Amino acid sequence: MAGSKMKLELSRVVQGRSRLGVLKGLGRTGEHSLEVPGCLLHTHVGTVPHLTQDTLHTLSNLPSVTQVTLSNIAEHQEVLEEFKDGFRKFAGLHDTVLYCSLHDPATPCPTGYTTNKTVSVWGSGGRIELTVAKFMALQKTVQPDWYQSMADGETWQNNTSRKRVRKSVDRTLAHLDECLLVHQKSQELEGVEMFGVVEGGDILEERVRSARETAKRPVAGFCLDGLQTGSMDRALRTQLITAVTKELPEDKPRLLQGVGRPDEVLACVEAGVDLFESFFPFQVTERGCALCFSFDISPDPELAGRAPHAVLGLDEERDTVGETQQNGDFNLDDQTQMTSFEINLKDKSYQDDFRPLVEGCGCYCCKNHQRAYLHHLLVTNELLAGVLLMIHNTAHYHAFFGSLREALANDKLDLLKRRVLRERGRQI
Amino acid sequence: MAATTECGADASTSENMSLKKALSAASPLTLRIVAECPVTKARACDLILPHCAVSAPVFMPVGTQGTLKGITVDQLEGLGCQICLGNTYHLGMRPGPDLIEKASGLHGFMNWKRNLLTDSGGFQMVSLVELSEVTEEGVKFKSPYDGKEILLSPEKSISIQNSLGSDIMMQLDDVVSSTVTGPRVEEAMHRSIRWLDRCIAANKNPDKQNLFAIIQGGLNAELRKACLDEMTQRDVPGFAIGGLSGGEEKNDFWRMVTLSTDHLPRQKPRYLMGVGYAVDLVVCVALGCDMFDCVFPTRTARFGSALVPWGSLQVKHKQYAKDFQPIDPDCQCPTCKRHSRAYLHALFKSDTAAMHHITIHNIAYQLTLMRSVRQSIVEGRFPEFIRTFMKRMFPSPDHYPSWAVDALASVNVTLE
Repeated sequence: MAGSKMKLELSRVVQGRSRLGVLKGLGRTGEHSLEVPGCLLHTHVGTVPHLTQDTLHTLSNLPSVTQVTLSNIAEHQEVLEEFKDGFRKFAGLHDTVLYCSLHDPATPCPTGYTTNKTVSVWGSGGRIELTVAKFMALQKTVQPDWYQSMADGETWQNNTSRKRVRKSVDRTLAHLDECLLVHQKSQELEGVEMFGVVEGGDILEERVRSARETAKRPVAGFCLDGLQTGSMDRALRTQLITAVTKELPEDKPRLLQGVGRPDEVLACVEAGVDLFESFFPFQVTERGCALCFSFDISPDPELAGRAPHAVLGLDEERDTVGETQQNGDFNLDDQTQMTSFEINLKDKSYQDDFRPLVEGCGCYCCKNHQRAYLHHLLVTNELLAGVLLMIHNTAHYHAFFGSLREALANDKLDLLKRRVLRERGRQI
Repeated sequence: MAATTECGADASTSENMSLKKALSAASPLTLRIVAECPVTKARACDLILPHCAVSAPVFMPVGTQGTLKGITVDQLEGLGCQICLGNTYHLGMRPGPDLIEKASGLHGFMNWKRNLLTDSGGFQMVSLVELSEVTEEGVKFKSPYDGKEILLSPEKSISIQNSLGSDIMMQLDDVVSSTVTGPRVEEAMHRSIRWLDRCIAANKNPDKQNLFAIIQGGLNAELRKACLDEMTQRDVPGFAIGGLSGGEEKNDFWRMVTLSTDHLPRQKPRYLMGVGYAVDLVVCVALGCDMFDCVFPTRTARFGSALVPWGSLQVKHKQYAKDFQPIDPDCQCPTCKRHSRAYLHALFKSDTAAMHHITIHNIAYQLTLMRSVRQSIVEGRFPEFIRTFMKRMFPSPDHYPSWAVDALASVNVTLE
């Protein structure tokens, strides 16, 4: 892409695949950067769920890239067109890089509406059909710093036929070419980066074809679609991603859509992914849970080998929940189920637990409130529960990514994997 | 005695501190009248309470279940709130007084460092619960959570409030709807007096927690007067005017308010319960009230209704979809400084944070209103403030509510 400012500077590549570095040159002035592996800041129309500026800014080290989705924004096209000054200003977002994706990773949408020329998103008022023309018109009014091209990723259901998968690859490439044409002619999108989208369902050949073809286009980076949690066997996902990243240029970033669980993040980083969407903390919040998994890789011998404080005495049955993904039918509803990385604060055992959510977590919630209070807020259906949990879960998740980068820098990825999986000998 | 801290009262710090030191040993509440309006019955006061000083007239937001609906305690503090409410009925049910005591009281449980006022649970018992039965003993009702029969007596209510550790506690009163007439009203008034005495006797922490009496008597001047005569003979640190925020005619309402303030001691705060609409606040300050609470501003916020000096704005309505101004261009709250009506309108379709933005704005509106009222009293221009306020709030003098015109006239303020 002519004049692309986005630049991936890798400082390490571990075992030929896991990459550590910085994505530089982000934003209109190119002054922002994002460390990789890293995640974007997931929002609903520019707002981190439940949070206002005050509560959001109790968090330090937030990602410099804010993600918005057309599924939330499309219905406001007319408003944005009248506003004229772009979505960032409309939402009162200052000094952040704006990335616009198509779908909201936290909300699977109905299938069966995609055609050769259109994809659909679901807003609050129902389905909105997008042609490339409309898609690009939206990008021109949103004025993001970076966006993904229009794509057909509807290959995650059980029994998607080979024919359908092939179609998704073909359509996505056609959409990409059309988007590029409009993009290159458009003044409003000058300096804006576009990512191509790699499809291919669960079929290796199609994945490789999609990757090779997309890599031929002048895109700034790649989204990997149709691999979201719940769509396929984990081992298959890793295999496919590994094959895909082999076909992609080393110096362009890879963003994996729809995967957020810590164990899956680790596996996918090892397969060559650089960026993730941070919708997982939101999902955990919505089920009244708090992230508590350990990612501590400090060399302190006292700490090594000790089970994380927060997970002592937990219900053992819950740990098998994480394993349902390995066998049987897959569907995206599994995403709402509790994982072994969190505690369920509605549980009666927290009623008189006066400890913070996670000992040593410096977030606003842990500094000011106790599990008993969170329990009370959840039991009484109080709005503050969502606010406090979102703060904590966001802090914990981003700190995990920080730890991941540190692990890669210091050859401690294995140690981190063990920590995160709580020494249960589980294979990723 | 817990050390008191300044939190925004007008008076100079050193003056306040020495006053606090002198009086804190004697009473957990001191009222200092800073100014009195020469025209109306309004006062501007500093209310020195255990956790900090409160500038009156004051509007107290309601945080029913130990939380102010999606707003953190830091945000609430940032808005300048010095006192807010917790609800004895709700908290007594969940999580219960024992747990809250373990958490170092309601202050510790919700981590609120400033003042708390708890009501007795009386109003909820009657308004929320179908099968409740009032006897001399207390109010018998069925718990909505486990169906068990519970008796809320004056002793039990005070015991819960002692566990909550609020700075101001309300007596358990025999609550009767203001639309009820007949002998029940008189019965309730007399019983409330007896229950006041029982509450006073039951208070385990009179040196840390202030127990307010609640004047009853419905809309009957004689009964109110009788209640006032009796209750003012008790040595309580403050008085609430009760039984007047439920659907009665505004014409009757204001007359009972002014009758009450006429007979309440000057040196003790007057708390008008359940009043929070802007016009009502301004008029009732003129009639001599110092403290107010109401769920309305925070409740209406969650429905997208933003309070403004000229009424209210329904942010969720289509007309605001393309309105790129803030809710109130003159408002300094975090919401208005950053967001437009159009953005909030859009956000309501996607995320709960929209409610929080409006809640913050509405609390800011209420607190700013009271601050302006207080300032105008201190500067001796309250009647002028009232006139400007009414002009802004209503399209024309024809629209002024007649009860407000009458009430203000009764304290020498003539509107156009």
